[in-house]
Amino acid sequence: MTDTTTHSRQDWQSDQEVRWCPGCGDYTILAAVQNFMADLDVEKEDVVFISGIGCAARFPYYMNTYGMHSIHGRAPAIASGLAVARPDLSVWVVSGDGDALSIGGNHFIHALRRNINIKILLFNNQIYGLTKGQYSPTSEQGKRTKSSPWGSIDHPFNPVSLALGAEATFVARTIDMDRLHTQDMLQQAYDHKGSAFIEIYQNCNVFNDKAFIKLTGREEREINRINLEHGKPVVFGPENQWGVVMEQGTARVVDVSAVGIDRIHVHDAEADSPSGAFALTRLSHNPIGPTPVGVFRKVQRPTYETTLQQQIHDAQASRGPGDLSKLIASTGTWTVE
Amino acid sequence: MTEASTIDPTDQQIEKVHTAAIRFAGDSGDGMQVAGARFTDASAIFGNDLSTFPNFPAEIRAPAGTLPGVSSFQVHIADRDILTPGDQPDVLVVMNPAALKANLHDLAPAGTIVANSDAFVDRNLEKAGYDTNPLEDGSLDAYRLLAVPMEELTKKAVEDSGLKGRGVLRSKNFFALGLMAWMFHRPLEPTLQWIDRKFGKDDEVRAANEMAFRAGYHLGETTEMFRHTYAVQPAKLPAGTYTNVTGNQALAWGIIAAGQAARLPVLYASYPITPASEILHELARHRNFGVRTFQAEDEIAAVGAALGASFGGHLGVTGTSGPGVALKSETISLAVMTELPILIIDVQRGGPSTGLPTKTEQADLLMAMYGRHGEAPLPIVAIASPSDAFETTIEAARIALKYMTPVMLMSDGYIATSAEPWRLPDLEDLPDISVKFISEANANGEFLPYLRDEKTLSRPWAVPGTPGLEHRIGGLEKEDGTGNVSYNPANHEKMTMLREQKIGRIAEDIPEIVVDEDEGAEVLVLGWGSSYGAILAGVRRVRAREQKVARVHLRYLNPFPKNLGEVLSRYPKVLVPELNRGHLWRMIRSDFLTDAIRYSKVQGQPLKASEIEAKLMETIES
Ligand SMILES: Cc1ncc(C[n+]2csc(CCOP(=O)(O)OP(=O)(O)O)c2C)c(N)n1
Ligand code: SF4
Ligand SMILES: [Mg+2]
Repeated sequence: MTDTTTHSRQDWQSDQEVRWCPGCGDYTILAAVQNFMADLDVEKEDVVFISGIGCAARFPYYMNTYGMHSIHGRAPAIASGLAVARPDLSVWVVSGDGDALSIGGNHFIHALRRNINIKILLFNNQIYGLTKGQYSPTSEQGKRTKSSPWGSIDHPFNPVSLALGAEATFVARTIDMDRLHTQDMLQQAYDHKGSAFIEIYQNCNVFNDKAFIKLTGREEREINRINLEHGKPVVFGPENQWGVVMEQGTARVVDVSAVGIDRIHVHDAEADSPSGAFALTRLSHNPIGPTPVGVFRKVQRPTYETTLQQQIHDAQASRGPGDLSKLIASTGTWTVE
Repeated sequence: MTEASTIDPTDQQIEKVHTAAIRFAGDSGDGMQVAGARFTDASAIFGNDLSTFPNFPAEIRAPAGTLPGVSSFQVHIADRDILTPGDQPDVLVVMNPAALKANLHDLAPAGTIVANSDAFVDRNLEKAGYDTNPLEDGSLDAYRLLAVPMEELTKKAVEDSGLKGRGVLRSKNFFALGLMAWMFHRPLEPTLQWIDRKFGKDDEVRAANEMAFRAGYHLGETTEMFRHTYAVQPAKLPAGTYTNVTGNQALAWGIIAAGQAARLPVLYASYPITPASEILHELARHRNFGVRTFQAEDEIAAVGAALGASFGGHLGVTGTSGPGVALKSETISLAVMTELPILIIDVQRGGPSTGLPTKTEQADLLMAMYGRHGEAPLPIVAIASPSDAFETTIEAARIALKYMTPVMLMSDGYIATSAEPWRLPDLEDLPDISVKFISEANANGEFLPYLRDEKTLSRPWAVPGTPGLEHRIGGLEKEDGTGNVSYNPANHEKMTMLREQKIGRIAEDIPEIVVDEDEGAEVLVLGWGSSYGAILAGVRRVRAREQKVARVHLRYLNPFPKNLGEVLSRYPKVLVPELNRGHLWRMIRSDFLTDAIRYSKVQGQPLKASEIEAKLMETIES
């Protein structure tokens, strides 16, 4: 490992030709990640990207770091093993909505609950891109796709609600089109000790175009995008004329002028209880109305690997480093002359 | 029991025997596994050779007193080298009627039954399906029956322990154990020390168990009906220091040793499953050895974590049983494609599906061999017995690391839970299985992650953290050399061949078969895995009948040792006994066109020496 200097964005680009469809939101996310890394105090060789399968999962090929394009849904499991073995590395998971929430749902929730130091980026396009357009676990109910010509029957997940329910210590949401916001979320996730989850709304212009138009369209975003800021009242709109109040644990959008600014909910990402953050996630299910982005939750909890290291350390301190010759004789021996 | 001679120095008759098999049987709550294991340890410390066979129901507590709830532990002790837990117990200890019913058919002719007569009451007799009390109706006249009111005597014995109520009867297994300790002249100290260690924190329980144990022993000493006892002298095993190990324990220690021999940290990831869980337990206990244990959310995650650790330059190991291997299959293929070393342990049990979770079988061999999508060859190594587990585990790790490949290490329920003496290896002599991580470019200033070693065909291991070697691997087909994604048809064929040849070349790196043979033998018996003991014992019996036979036991199932085909071709008849429907049998037929004879047993029970003997005699004579 060499002395740390910052890099240029080009340093993080691999020699592989990027092969997403023209106009795909994955390009802007890739650019945001490379930009963010350029300013980081980290060496390329200490960064690892692990992905599953899907369009999003092509990501590691385009990063000039260590990487593994693994199998569908299993990236969090592989990354967990790597991060537990090698706490010195910066380990990132890139996943899609099908990859993380359908086939890999189990690994996703367990990685979050364990608080292993991995950063999970979910490129949510609310569709199966790579397999050419079936509905996904985040597609809105009633969606017509090749596999749901009569409209999908499944009720979708809200990934941020799910992550909070899975005891995640860092949960955020951002949008592919907003590079600076994405970079800010990446930075905060990186700085967080433990597992971090970022849902990134990603436009699949081929199979699910404009799914996030309410948050990205010039006029729509003015009225729908709620920027969460820790310690600040949750207000939005061109003149911050709307706000969120909490009523019996449920978040509701109101006119600020009607209730007064003092009644507006002040966002506390560091609260012990995830209830407030959870209520905020319920404001919108699929983003068709006012939708919060930003950091929902950021709390400290010992990471899995530091606790494991500590247990090893303590065991060695109290019992001495393992002596195999003693161990294999520990249940009693006898000698034959 | 093999008899030596009978002597009668006083009024006490001590019969010297070469071997004896004792089976403790009772309800799953009766503590029979503990009694058997204590008898075993005392025998080991006394210096007998031994072999054990625990047999327990899948349910933690099947309904008390019923046949499905019966749990047993058989231990075979000898003054010479033995190989199996014994086909038939000479002494059967039964704690209730169900235990008698479930085990009597195994008892040796004229064998001894030691019965807890207090449990032979109407309710229990009915549950076991007896119309009349077999202890009284003369149906056991062909045996030597010793009926002992163990519950009453245990209650009396532990009166002063302070223990009250139902807990009192829990000590009756130690009463039975004490009685057997008397009958077989076992030293008392190892058991007393164990009780002290195990229950030291709970004074009343410790006292009660000790009192019951001593009372059982004392009853033997003072009662007419226990005049007749058996002496089994220490065995003349090869010189060395021995301990008594189960397969799972030795395998876990083998994993620690493999990490040391490879000078690599170990990550063991697993999801609990019978009969593999003890490996996880044993490794988790010994945190000071630095092994990172990871109890994953399922078997897919476990193998994923092992693979991730291996990508990071650790020895990644995952252990499970057949159902878990099925789940791991896709990730094992990824390990084949990414050419990363991991060790996958399959402690086989009866299948399909949940099958017979606590019973043994060898029916996962073809899954290990072929149970993946695509052309995904990998090496398979099999453990033959508990005392073989340590060394074979290190060998499996050696192959994984040297050839950058996932390796299947096969064990089974019988190996996992049974115990036998193991001569402690000199750890100074551990093989050096370390490999070098690559640290700089390997092709004119460029790094090619799939540039192969000419001899082994393995690719370099470049671990994250190494500057300049950043690279991406994955499940998509790799271009030869660069490792870049390639859909080129000719490249796919080339890579498929290379992966196959790499595994094939391991045959150059493993010992050739040495046949254990009688000059002129026409029958070769070919085995693998846990049938080792039964086959060798069966072969010895056949030889004792002055018949000629040849024997090969395979540790390497893929690739086979180089000379296997030639060896097989030397014998007119090849017999392949397996606890499956003929997996190895099929493999040698397809590889060598050997018209071998299949000998299959699928009862969830190990093969017996007598079964091998009978089948060999039949084959020789046919
Ligand atoms: C075991 C397995 N099942 C199914 C597939 C096929 N498959 C590949 S990607 C994918 C869905 C991807 O959707 P998502 O995770 O949302 O990623 P996107 O392509 O939208 O980025 C499916 C079903 C596979 N590769 N492996
Ligand atoms: S299919 Fe959709 S998600 Fe996939 S690359 Fe094309 S635009 Fe992007
Ligand atoms: Mg998708």
